[in-house]
Amino acid sequence: MSNALLVATDLRKSYGPTAALAGASVTVRAGEILAVMGPSGSGKSTLLHCLAGIVRPDSGRITYADRDLTGMSDVERSALRRSDFGFIFQFGQLIPELTCLENVALPLRLAGVRRREAERRARAWLAQLEVEDVANKLPGTISGGQGQRVAVARSLVTGPRVVFADEPTGALDSLNGEKVMVLLTQAARETGAAVVLVTHEPRVAAYADREIVVRDGVVHDRLAQALERAA
Amino acid sequence: MSVAHTFLGLLESQPRHGYDLKRTYDEAFSPERPLAYGQVYATLARLLKNGLIVVDGVEPGGGPERKRYAITEAGIADVQAWLAQPERPEPYLQNVLYTKVVLALLTGRSATEILDVQRTEHLRLMRELTRRKSSGDLTDQLICDHALFHLEADLRWLELTAVRIDDLRDRLQRSVARDDHRPASPRSATRSTRRANP
Amino acid sequence: MTPQVGPRAWVRELALGARMALAGGPSGWLRAGLTALGVGLGVALLLFAVSVPHAAAARQERTAARDDLSFEAPPPRSDTTILVGTADTHFRDKPVRGRLLQPDGAHPPVPPGLSEVPRPGEMAVSPALARLLASPEGALLRERLDYPIVATIGDEGLAGPAELAFYLGADDLDETGDLVTRRASFGEPRVDRGLDPVLSLLVVVMVVVMLVPVALFVAAAIRFGGEARDRRLAGVRLLGADARMARRIAAGEALGSSVLGLVVGGVIFLVARSFVDRVELFRLSLFPSDVRPDPVLALLLVVAVPVASVAVTMLSLRTVVIEPLAVTRRGGDVRRRLWWRLLLPVLGVALLVPMLGSLSQSGGEFSVTQVSMGLALVLVGVAALLPWAVQAAVRRLRGGPVAWQLAIRRLQLDSSTSARAVMGIAVAVAGAIGLQTLFSSVEANHTMRTGADPDRAEVFISLPVEDGWAGVARFDRAAAAVPGVLTVHSRASQSAVVDPVPGADPGDMVHTLVTVGPCDTLRQLAELDSCADGSLFLVAADEQNHFIAPPEPGATLGFLAPRIDAGEVVLELVDEWTIPTTARTVAGRLAPNGEPTTGVLATPAAVPDDLLATWPGWSMSYVDIEAGDPDVVERLRTLVWDTVPAGSVSLTSPTAWTDEFATVRRGLLAGATVTLVMIGVSLLVGVLEQLRERRRVLASLVAFGTRRRTLAWSIVWQTVVPVALGLVLAVVAGLTVGAVLLKIVNEPVTVDWSVIALVSGLAALVVLAVTALSLPPLFRFMRADGLRTE
Repeated sequence: MSNALLVATDLRKSYGPTAALAGASVTVRAGEILAVMGPSGSGKSTLLHCLAGIVRPDSGRITYADRDLTGMSDVERSALRRSDFGFIFQFGQLIPELTCLENVALPLRLAGVRRREAERRARAWLAQLEVEDVANKLPGTISGGQGQRVAVARSLVTGPRVVFADEPTGALDSLNGEKVMVLLTQAARETGAAVVLVTHEPRVAAYADREIVVRDGVVHDRLAQALERAA
Repeated sequence: MSVAHTFLGLLESQPRHGYDLKRTYDEAFSPERPLAYGQVYATLARLLKNGLIVVDGVEPGGGPERKRYAITEAGIADVQAWLAQPERPEPYLQNVLYTKVVLALLTGRSATEILDVQRTEHLRLMRELTRRKSSGDLTDQLICDHALFHLEADLRWLELTAVRIDDLRDRLQRSVARDDHRPASPRSATRSTRRANP
Repeated sequence: MTPQVGPRAWVRELALGARMALAGGPSGWLRAGLTALGVGLGVALLLFAVSVPHAAAARQERTAARDDLSFEAPPPRSDTTILVGTADTHFRDKPVRGRLLQPDGAHPPVPPGLSEVPRPGEMAVSPALARLLASPEGALLRERLDYPIVATIGDEGLAGPAELAFYLGADDLDETGDLVTRRASFGEPRVDRGLDPVLSLLVVVMVVVMLVPVALFVAAAIRFGGEARDRRLAGVRLLGADARMARRIAAGEALGSSVLGLVVGGVIFLVARSFVDRVELFRLSLFPSDVRPDPVLALLLVVAVPVASVAVTMLSLRTVVIEPLAVTRRGGDVRRRLWWRLLLPVLGVALLVPMLGSLSQSGGEFSVTQVSMGLALVLVGVAALLPWAVQAAVRRLRGGPVAWQLAIRRLQLDSSTSARAVMGIAVAVAGAIGLQTLFSSVEANHTMRTGADPDRAEVFISLPVEDGWAGVARFDRAAAAVPGVLTVHSRASQSAVVDPVPGADPGDMVHTLVTVGPCDTLRQLAELDSCADGSLFLVAADEQNHFIAPPEPGATLGFLAPRIDAGEVVLELVDEWTIPTTARTVAGRLAPNGEPTTGVLATPAAVPDDLLATWPGWSMSYVDIEAGDPDVVERLRTLVWDTVPAGSVSLTSPTAWTDEFATVRRGLLAGATVTLVMIGVSLLVGVLEQLRERRRVLASLVAFGTRRRTLAWSIVWQTVVPVALGLVLAVVAGLTVGAVLLKIVNEPVTVDWSVIALVSGLAALVVLAVTALSLPPLFRFMRADGLRTE
């Protein structure tokens, strides 16, 4: 594939007796928004964690930008996540004791940017996500929708090449969910970041360029299958 | 969606020609599937017969599309009544999806296949709608949202049904495996499954 | 219709709360388990504490029951009497209690723990001694106690399971010897001398200082899992409970946890008790059966723990509003008030101040309640001030590297969790400093300088003399032949009356000490410019011997000897000797073991032969040994044992304590160790609990690629800041308490910086250990499994 960014081949991962992934393969291209769908317990989140280098699969291979992700040590993967990846979780998982501004600045600071500069860039992102008024508030005092937008800002602040989003609108109502998806996809397209979006909601998946289905630990990609048949 | 009532509503705003009615209807309410001319003529004829509209004028050239129609008092009253009355929610879908899934059960096929195929299609449409929504005006957004929600509803029903059906089939298969060693059960469901699973 | 109000409803709500304490699946059980463990540990320790009176009494009963040294007249010899000779010895630094038994007849009294008296040459030993003798380390002791072992001393004949003791059958005891008595039975009604008032105060202080941290620890344990509990209460409200019902349910939860904790504590106590005989802390050991809680106190504990836990829960909920949708605690920290926190220690000091100057070693009374309340208030005040101090200190801080920022922000948002965990250490340190200040001063007063000088001799051997001076000279040669011995200086002394009047009562006459020894030895005892065999000296009265005058040259010395007359021991004049007029007076010096020198110093040739041949009493040998060889002392001890078992071998020490004092010190060290360990455990549990509750936040930090280092440092800072503040508070409070206590016992106020450094260092060490121990779970959370939140 021409501009394949993240390629996973035949991933297997078990937690104890349960096999979360049983030979999953997927390709994420640069700049594309990919929806990962499937029933709960199918292994979607595990696939996401493997692709993001948070979890090491039991077997299989993942390459990111032609580098072997599975062979990297924990320290190297951690460094990669700091520089190249962004994350959004279902429940935000903002650090409750830091202000929203500090939360958004955190990934930059972890990557070594000085505090003043980090907070300046964070503020710009908060503005772009239309939540600059909560900059000095604590996450416990703002609404869910605002919180997720702060989380989106946090995921984009380091200019990542891939953003991993795990049910980002799961805890939000329709309007807030829409807002978040619109802002996320806009920002991703602007910066050219790819987005791997785990969701079980079709309306959310409709924001992606294409979708794959994970069932019983295996990936079903009808688009890829169709292309193969055509080739 | 009632074409007749829609025409009446359009005519209430101003008198229109036949072709104007069809064009407006297609653009505003059914861009994917334009109305068939035959349906237009039939609808207009019925409305005329019921005295809800009258012919206001004629363009030279003949044909129903050249006639100009206007609404009557009775027509206005009709529109009013229709708007005030809620739509009947449809507990029984009369579309192909439902038919397909039921057939899958009867012929012993996996419903998951159907689900996957349909999902790809639904999502393709939903993607387009989502794209249109982001670049359109308020009317576009309302229309697209409406369609999106319904498409999603279809998909969700489909997912749940697929799981139910596969579940039921598994249970039946297990009980069939047990019953193979017992005399035939009088239950018709079992027999039909045996027929379905050679 | 089930009642909605009234006692029945209350019971239902309490029961519901108790059930909810265990709700929540595995994580709920873990939380309930941690709480129960925390409370249980505290309860177990408190149960041990209330067992102490019984254990001490039991030990005392046993030692009294076998006591065989008394100052009363011995009974006449009969079929039912027995001669008992003391044969205590030492091995390394452990004392070995030994007795020689020689029955007078066929039905002698038997010491407790034995079924019959061992035959001559046979030995009954305690289990601990049996083990030691059988082991390779005890080889030198086995050489000394080279007798067949025929019986084991039962528990009722031992002070504790680790005691080294033996009974040896004998047939050659001299009933006129100093360390031999005749007894008709074993056991003395022990007159409890009790401790002097200053020592009693010390003990009270010690107990309070030990127990306040434990109580705080138990209270902290009750509050584990606070956030989850809040969520449960909100859920209950959602279902229709009103605010009061929700509080009652919370009380029920606390009740359930604490009852569970009581049960766990009881189990831990019973299990630990069965292992107690394997522990020997500073020569104290206990039988499991000794450790029995005082019933009244135990009942008090069983009632107090649940009541206290409910009270603590109610207090902590007082400032919290439980709403159906959330528990309002969100925006930031509760603003703390200073005034009542300062009031507590001030009140405490106020209670202690009236007692200033009221106690001394010889007399004075104090109210135990007043002292303990005053002390406890000051210590609890330290605990109360700490959260305020932490909050006030971090309020203005901001900025800095990421790890620091995370830690400070965490403290700003919620200072109470870490402050609560550190409270225990702060209180313990404050108490320890106050206690140690009092202790060092009291110790200084209770010890006496013995004046011994280890440079001149390290070992002092004292033997009853047999065979007169010849026997002493023989022993001197034998000791010098022991490998590792450098020099031996021996002398023998006995008391004599000056210018005796025949028929008069020896108690009415003037006594002096006559010491015989070779020139080398005499040079150790006085400044001699010349000495030859045949010289004789008189020691001048001067400062070192407290101005005791020697006899005049030409005076007559009368020597007394004991004789058995009608079953009683009587002293009679047996010899006389006139001091030559050529005797010189010399200046005496302290002997190597610190004893002052007085009276007459004579070389063997100066003493008449018959006197020399029957020289009685005790000899003293000053032995200088090679440094660094511990076996030399054991070989000397064995030599002494072979010569005469009643001999004693002691090592130099510049000071000596009274026995009771040494016991208190041992107990103190044991208690301090246990308290610190317990506090460390509670700190660790607190940190782990926090890690669990912040699992999701941790997961998101990991996702963003936070370095392990960063997270680890943020935990370190989060612990270090409250601990540093706590230590400062503790030192100030401790010094204040110490000063007040010193003034109470009329001592000048001194500051022992080494103690402060030591105690603070220990506390810091505990903190570091806790942080280090919490890193592996943190790093485990940072791997895969910590992220599985679905």
